[in-house]
Amino acid sequence: MTTATAGVEDVLARCRAEGRAALIGYLPVGFPSLEGSVAAMRVLVEAGCDIVEVGIPYSDPLMDGPTIQGAAAAALAGGTRVDDVFTAVAAVREAGGTAVVMTYWNLVLHRGVERFAADLAAAGGAGLITPDLIPDEAAEWTSASDRHGLDRVFLVAPSSTRERLEVVTSACRGFVYAASTMGVTGARENVDADARGLLERVRAVTDLPVCVGLGVSTRAQAAEIAAYADGVIVGSALVRALAGEGELTQRLDTLRTLTAELAQGVREGNR
Amino acid sequence: MSEPTSRAEAPDAGELTVEELPRPGRFGQFGGRYVPEALVPALEQLDEARQKAAVDPEFTDELARLHATYTGRPSILTEVPRFAAHCGGARVVLKREDLNHTGSHKINNVLAQALITKRMGKTRIIAETGAGQHGVATATAAALMGLECTVYMGRVDTERQALNVARMRILGAQVVPVEHGSATLKDAINEALRDWVTNVATTHYCIGTVTGPHPFPEMVRDFHALIGEEARAQVLELAGRLPDAVIACVGGGSNAMGIFHRFVPDAGVRLIGVEAGGEGVESGRHAARFASATPGVLHGAMSYLMQDADGQTVESHSISAGLDYPSVGPEHAHLRDSGRAEYRYATDEQVMEAFSLLCRTEGIIPALESAHALAGAMEVGRELGPEALLLVNLSGRGDKDMHTAAAWFGLVEEGST
Ligand SMILES: Cc1ncc(COP(=O)(O)O)c(C=O)c1O
Repeated sequence: MTTATAGVEDVLARCRAEGRAALIGYLPVGFPSLEGSVAAMRVLVEAGCDIVEVGIPYSDPLMDGPTIQGAAAAALAGGTRVDDVFTAVAAVREAGGTAVVMTYWNLVLHRGVERFAADLAAAGGAGLITPDLIPDEAAEWTSASDRHGLDRVFLVAPSSTRERLEVVTSACRGFVYAASTMGVTGARENVDADARGLLERVRAVTDLPVCVGLGVSTRAQAAEIAAYADGVIVGSALVRALAGEGELTQRLDTLRTLTAELAQGVREGNR
Repeated sequence: MSEPTSRAEAPDAGELTVEELPRPGRFGQFGGRYVPEALVPALEQLDEARQKAAVDPEFTDELARLHATYTGRPSILTEVPRFAAHCGGARVVLKREDLNHTGSHKINNVLAQALITKRMGKTRIIAETGAGQHGVATATAAALMGLECTVYMGRVDTERQALNVARMRILGAQVVPVEHGSATLKDAINEALRDWVTNVATTHYCIGTVTGPHPFPEMVRDFHALIGEEARAQVLELAGRLPDAVIACVGGGSNAMGIFHRFVPDAGVRLIGVEAGGEGVESGRHAARFASATPGVLHGAMSYLMQDADGQTVESHSISAGLDYPSVGPEHAHLRDSGRAEYRYATDEQVMEAFSLLCRTEGIIPALESAHALAGAMEVGRELGPEALLLVNLSGRGDKDMHTAAAWFGLVEEGST
């Protein structure tokens, strides 16, 4: 079925060898429909996303701003199930991409951590990004991810103390997700101010790749962050492209154009 | 009304296995800290600040002074014999938290958290509110202490508790109606958490009940524990003995934890929580978590949670906005699983009957939340008979609910809306 994937760390190492940052694109499964979301994730892979972050819509997305909240609510109203994430992950793999899943913790807990990990590994997923799980509460996930060879991506934030940076980065595998600003997902004018300082502090405690997310929406921002981060994570801007007016094929074209621009951006970082 | 649920009848917890580690902020397997990493420093700061405050006379004296001269504590005990006639003849005494300044128990916790906000050097306080009582208490404390205040409230609740929205605005708070999801308490908490994670450097999130990430469940319980401490001494003085049962309504569970806590070591005293049965558990439109829910995580804590087959939160329903929440404080989950406390539910219909009875037999208009405890007392009294002594927490007054009650009983004149 699925052949052994390049792990997230391999992908990031390859990008680094090319002298650039990786582009990581987020989309929620089931938006605007299951088929539409899978088609959109294929577009991400084709247009230059190195890693696709497959989101599971959740009823109470407290780390998300209005754009992703709206998409999640629409996906749930459309009948999206947790099972659908494994379909999307397998599709990304088939398209030649690398998939990590982004999910709020209760969805994993309710399925059973071990069962979730086994299903994700079977679908060819590389690992999990867990925005509301801190390493202190992650004993079960740590052992399940070890058993199934899955990456564990926890977040750090501008508010993180040195002690917390050590706790979090030593629990991560694959990469560290650095939140660029204090707040929730959503496009922002300025993402650079806090991110640069945080990156320096993270680098001081770990050799893992560090990717920056929250707020990035343009090629210029991607280039700016690519100058010092190993990866640039884009979410709301892609969701907004997909949420626009018109036929799905048209919106997929918009998404393709934006993704290609962002892929240019991560190659323009002056390192 | 429901049969009391016990561990043996508990719904199957499915495949959930949680390693039971002796960690701070855990009540058995419940509680914990399921939050974005960005909030961890603020939770650590809060935990340290409240522990220091607890042993600092500057804080404890100031809080005691405020409770004596502002809240109006100790709250009195009222025996209600005419109401008790409908409770199988049992003796019923009410702990009158409705007489506190702002009209409910919520002020106990809020004054303490507002003092801690200032001790942490923060200048802004935010809150979620369902019935509006916690929002009013927070707006009040903010006015008293010169803090900036924003309150998040589901749009459905802003409509059914319109009086409290006006009170908050008059007090100088900004009230933000929350439109998404079920537009009730759970969605207001989501929005408050989003604000907090954005503005945490200057802002304290004053959670209004015993839910949320550690240290909130423990801290909020401690700030309400004076309800049970006072009541235990008052009952001993009045009746010369401990009550047979202590009864309280359970939304998030703060008034119940407040009155239960001092009685937990008194093995002979039954602790009975009453949840919102809404239109009946069979209807699916209720907030009787212990009658139907399984363990899960919402808003930072592991507890019982109304959720679907995928772990998505299921919307709760209750005639009372303050009990309309799909999860429950983690310490209640532990008290229930360990068998120390028991939980039942009262339907909207039973609650409105109890509400009306207290009004007409005793001249006391209770909050609809508190009327759940009264409905519980009617049932427990009938089970235990005339020898029994019941202590009921009357957590709030019903002014805010006049609109709902008038509509329920058809007391609104045609064309007068
Ligand atoms: C009067 C009153 N009682 C009870 C509650 C429920 O909260 P808790 O279960 O935390 O006491 C509320 C909440 O709004 C309330 O206003």
